[in-house]
Amino acid sequence: MLEFLETITGVPTPLLFGQILLGLINGAFYAMLSLGLAVIFGLLNIINFTHGAQFMMGAFVAWMLLTWLGLGYWWALILAPLIVGATGVVIERLMISRLYKLDHLYGLLLTFGIGLMIEGFFRNQYGSSGLPYRIPAELSGAWDLGFMFMPVYRGWVVVFSLVVCLATWLVIEKTRLGAYLRAATENAALVQAFGVNVPRMITLTYGAGVALAALAGVLAAPIYSVNPQMGTNLIIVVFAVVVIGGMGSILGSVLTGFGLGVIEGLTKVYWPEASATVIFVIMAIVLLTRPAGLFGRA
Amino acid sequence: METTRRGLLAAGAATAAIAPLSRARAQANTIRIGVLTDMSGTYRDNTGPTSVAATREAVAEFGTSHGFTIEVLEADHQNRPDVGSNIARQWYDQGVDLILDVPTSSVGLAVNQIAKEKNKLYINVGSATADLTGPQCGPTTLHWAYDTYMLAKSTGGAMVRAGGDSWYFITADYAFGHALERDNTTFIRAAGGRVLGAVRTPFPGTTDFSSFLVQAAAARPKVIGLANAGGDTANCVKQAAEFGITRRGIKLAALLLFLNDVNGIGLQTAQGLVCTESFYWDTNDKTRAWTQRVVRRTPTNYPSMIHAGCYSAALHFLKVVAAMGVPAAKASGLELTNRMKAMPTEDDCFGPGTIRVDGRRLCPSFLFEVKAPSESRGPWDYYKLLQTTPAEEAYRPLSEGGCPLVRG
Repeated sequence: MLEFLETITGVPTPLLFGQILLGLINGAFYAMLSLGLAVIFGLLNIINFTHGAQFMMGAFVAWMLLTWLGLGYWWALILAPLIVGATGVVIERLMISRLYKLDHLYGLLLTFGIGLMIEGFFRNQYGSSGLPYRIPAELSGAWDLGFMFMPVYRGWVVVFSLVVCLATWLVIEKTRLGAYLRAATENAALVQAFGVNVPRMITLTYGAGVALAALAGVLAAPIYSVNPQMGTNLIIVVFAVVVIGGMGSILGSVLTGFGLGVIEGLTKVYWPEASATVIFVIMAIVLLTRPAGLFGRA
Repeated sequence: METTRRGLLAAGAATAAIAPLSRARAQANTIRIGVLTDMSGTYRDNTGPTSVAATREAVAEFGTSHGFTIEVLEADHQNRPDVGSNIARQWYDQGVDLILDVPTSSVGLAVNQIAKEKNKLYINVGSATADLTGPQCGPTTLHWAYDTYMLAKSTGGAMVRAGGDSWYFITADYAFGHALERDNTTFIRAAGGRVLGAVRTPFPGTTDFSSFLVQAAAARPKVIGLANAGGDTANCVKQAAEFGITRRGIKLAALLLFLNDVNGIGLQTAQGLVCTESFYWDTNDKTRAWTQRVVRRTPTNYPSMIHAGCYSAALHFLKVVAAMGVPAAKASGLELTNRMKAMPTEDDCFGPGTIRVDGRRLCPSFLFEVKAPSESRGPWDYYKLLQTTPAEEAYRPLSEGGCPLVRG
């Protein structure tokens, strides 16, 4: 069987398995980021272009906690999402909340502008070559899986992000809070008439979406260099993931995130030069055949 | 004297008529240096604001007693050849006398064409491709601090001599990465080594190199050559450590690594890497004093060879302008460039140097090893010197470059 696989793929099977696994790991980042975007879009109808900058802020806050306060990775995993989420709440209250009555495009432009400003600020303060952030001692080292050398930290990233994605899905689909959220998406005025404070719920949802981005940022800090552009590079791909999965679809964005991670990983083996574009080719095909995305409702 | 409204109007009209004349005279007597660089992308710390600061330091050092004023302009080319070309064209048309720095080889080559077309001086410091003094050399182009051949000879040559005779490249998929891979391949083969393969990674836009690193390691080379730069190299080094590639006895060759990248990776991960630069701040009293002067302007970023190159090139340019006079310098880029080639260079960063007919500025290259955290005495104390290649041996021989100016 393995030899057969090797013959048809033209790549040694161990290498192929390794690449699929690496694709899943990258997919974990796509999934967590697109999840936050989907949550925000689902309820606020805002395409949050600040998401990449907020991902980057998560990584920077982790670095600041370590450098300035001596608080390590595990603290950062809790505190960075709370701190960056709080900045999200402020941004929503002060700026984004004024745009709900207008077209989507205004929200997109506003969040895009805010993202550029945040990125510019960090670039001015910290330059572009990045800051060192080490893998926590508990998660350093690697397992020899036979077909590849698997760093413990990458395994942790996949497991942790799967848990986060599942938890978010459960909260939205299976709890009373989630029911309110979904109801407010359908008809905010009616939900408010039942005594639910919809504006506060919207603010907190934005904060939670931003916190998810920051959480992904903390996860990324030890393996990518912590620099102001780290979000920009990833966010364009993540938007494509959201479009392919279907705007606002929670499950869709998670599944598409992991799936596209694998496809991108395989492209890196067969046609490395195209690995940065393959997701956009898929996006174009999906948009032409299923404009609402793979899991979206038309 | 009685002031009337008519008198005031007449005086105003006269001033308005004279103003353009005096402005034109002032312009004719102003030398403009345009620093075209990466202010916002991955090469910002290697070039960017610190290149501008180093150029300003040259202007400050040159002084104001030479009878002309000097203006330093700056612009961000965003690592895009189209943006860089537009700015270069506009600057030359508006009377900029020298375009300086221009990192990112694809942009560096694009601006080279415009300098040729406009007969204007262009000193490239930031780009690596040795083609700038090879097949693509221009009569008004100089290449200042380093190039892919010099890096390959120093880093690549040293790795092969140390027993690293089988290589696999991870190459940034654009002009610079290709040139660096090509020049290293030449040295590896000449020394009896083999190149097992190469993987081309998209630039910009790749953040995760694990897939490429695993592919490279699967070919079981003794050395993985990183033919990339800036954040890409930093990510590769970090991720290679994570995947235990270096622990399995495969060596990493960072074929272009700057001091600023080492700072970003951290000594813990970067220790033991070898790299080549033509300038290091902690070389002698002059370089240390110069660095302190520049760091005042950019406190969070120490200068690398590109920044020192911008200073050195700007200073040499100003000396030549002073020697030949502003009108002559502005009249012909070719004449100006030829005078620059004829005059030996001398400055605090590189000491004495010369410029060849193909535009290559010659200076020694230094092979460094990154210190272990325990060896580092303080911030930015990162390198120890392994080897020096003298100026006349560091660069590609004149006859091998294929530059048409040499045949002519």
